[in-house]
Amino acid sequence: MFDLRDLYQEVILDHNKRPRNFGQLARPDRRAEGYNPLCGDQLTLQIELDGEVIRDVAFDGSGCAISKASASLMTESVKGKTLDEVRTLFEKFQEMVTADAEVEPDTDALGKLSVFAGVRAYPARVKCAVLAWHTLRSAVEGADDVATTE
Amino acid sequence: MSQAATPTAAPPRFDVTRVRKEFPILGRKVHGQPLVYLDNAATTQKPRVVLDALVRYYTEHNANIHRGVHYLSETATQAHEAARRTVQRFVNARDAREIVFTRNATEGINLVAHSFGQAHVREGDEIVITGMEHHSNIVPWQLLCERTGARLRVAPITDEGELVWEEVERLIGPRTKIVAVVHLSNSLGTVNPVERIVELAHQHDAAVLVDGAQSAYHLPVDVQAMDCDFYVATGHKLYGPTGIGLLYGKAERLEQMPPYQGGGDMISSVTFEKTTYNELPYKFEAGTPHIAGAIGLAAAIDYLTGVGLDQVAAHERDLLAYGTSALRQIPGLRLVGTATNKASILSFVMDGVHPHDVGTIVDRMGVAIRTGHHCTQPVMDRMGISATARASLAMYSTRDDIDTLVAAVGRAREVFA
Repeated sequence: MFDLRDLYQEVILDHNKRPRNFGQLARPDRRAEGYNPLCGDQLTLQIELDGEVIRDVAFDGSGCAISKASASLMTESVKGKTLDEVRTLFEKFQEMVTADAEVEPDTDALGKLSVFAGVRAYPARVKCAVLAWHTLRSAVEGADDVATTE
Repeated sequence: MSQAATPTAAPPRFDVTRVRKEFPILGRKVHGQPLVYLDNAATTQKPRVVLDALVRYYTEHNANIHRGVHYLSETATQAHEAARRTVQRFVNARDAREIVFTRNATEGINLVAHSFGQAHVREGDEIVITGMEHHSNIVPWQLLCERTGARLRVAPITDEGELVWEEVERLIGPRTKIVAVVHLSNSLGTVNPVERIVELAHQHDAAVLVDGAQSAYHLPVDVQAMDCDFYVATGHKLYGPTGIGLLYGKAERLEQMPPYQGGGDMISSVTFEKTTYNELPYKFEAGTPHIAGAIGLAAAIDYLTGVGLDQVAAHERDLLAYGTSALRQIPGLRLVGTATNKASILSFVMDGVHPHDVGTIVDRMGVAIRTGHHCTQPVMDRMGISATARASLAMYSTRDDIDTLVAAVGRAREVFA
């Protein structure tokens, strides 16, 4: 059970139970949908832009604890960041969840998001952790497509 | 255990401990825990006799079939055709010519959708399926409808996961060309009244394809009694190898259908002007088949019939009842699929814990279950959920397996408490 706690850390359980920025924005500038065909997780992401800066962000949908907590923590960490900063953060996040076990996560860059480092030991769950990020990217790129983890 | 089984000619008494010894993989550990394998609806484990048959084939008999005059080719051909007769007896087909080897159940359905469709389905015709079909018994028919302009009609299901019979009666009519129905639902466990559906369809001269991917290893199958036109199943759920499946088709149906794929083996003669096709079943078997797979499948069927399908069915019925009441004790757990006539499947959802998380947590305790939509998204939509956790039984499953599952699901609740 101890190694399960590496995956299901308190922060993740908390964000699963009480997701932040959950719901709709009044005036979203961009919107994207994400879907994980493997497990049926789906989410809608909305962002409000101020030039190149994400002023506000919200998500909605259903999914497992990992995908929901990942979406919740992502919204917290991208708020107020520029689109370029968000792209870099996505790369760092993706690197972390797919890295080898011995690689230390870049906690300086990732902050709270480092709690998802445990996901790398559960290859089947990596897609759950990155779904929100793929969806954010399609919102940022302005693509109308549904983002999938495939 | 065997209150419902009334064996007359007696196979030996069913002994699950002895059965388990025949499946080498059941002795291994996963994450340091003894393996509790409850993902049988996805694929079953293989008994030693199947593994031995594969090794023996490749070490002693390997050769291509139907074309050699040398000794190995002749023995390989004989073994391959003996496997076909084993399958024929197993589903009680009239003739071995009515058994086509495929890659899997999906390929069998695609074969029928293509060839039967090409021969018989036109614009304005209707194809009837049910709301509990696996994607593999939906998409080939959608493709056929796109090609021909035929219309797909879907018989709805109840909250319990049973067919709404009045709707079935309403949908099957003079426009219906084929009805494709799952025998045993992989996500709900529902056993459908296929004989009644066949009777109804035949009144309207419609053909019936029964998807037996899940039924072939849980229920005794008799295609003549069922009177279906087509029946498909897959070897790897029947305790056999992957990559081998079976299609039963009534000879008169298969005769009227054009070939599915072209190639070697499916022809009588080829010239650039005209090719004549081989007789049944070879017309539908282009290219070198999965010879070892067919032989492995026959070994699996021999093993299963040796244990006794009636006994296996009785054992699994007992476990299903035991598992149903054990899971119902867990607060916040709801079973999905509660049909009166049900087999082998325990699908469930839990308050506050997503099925995917249940799957990961129980896996760390050695318990293999499936989570997700089980390739039946329309069932999930109908039930208003996105996924379930699914435990599924096989002949080697035990009450201990169920107890471990229940304990593991309890731990999942604790993690998310």
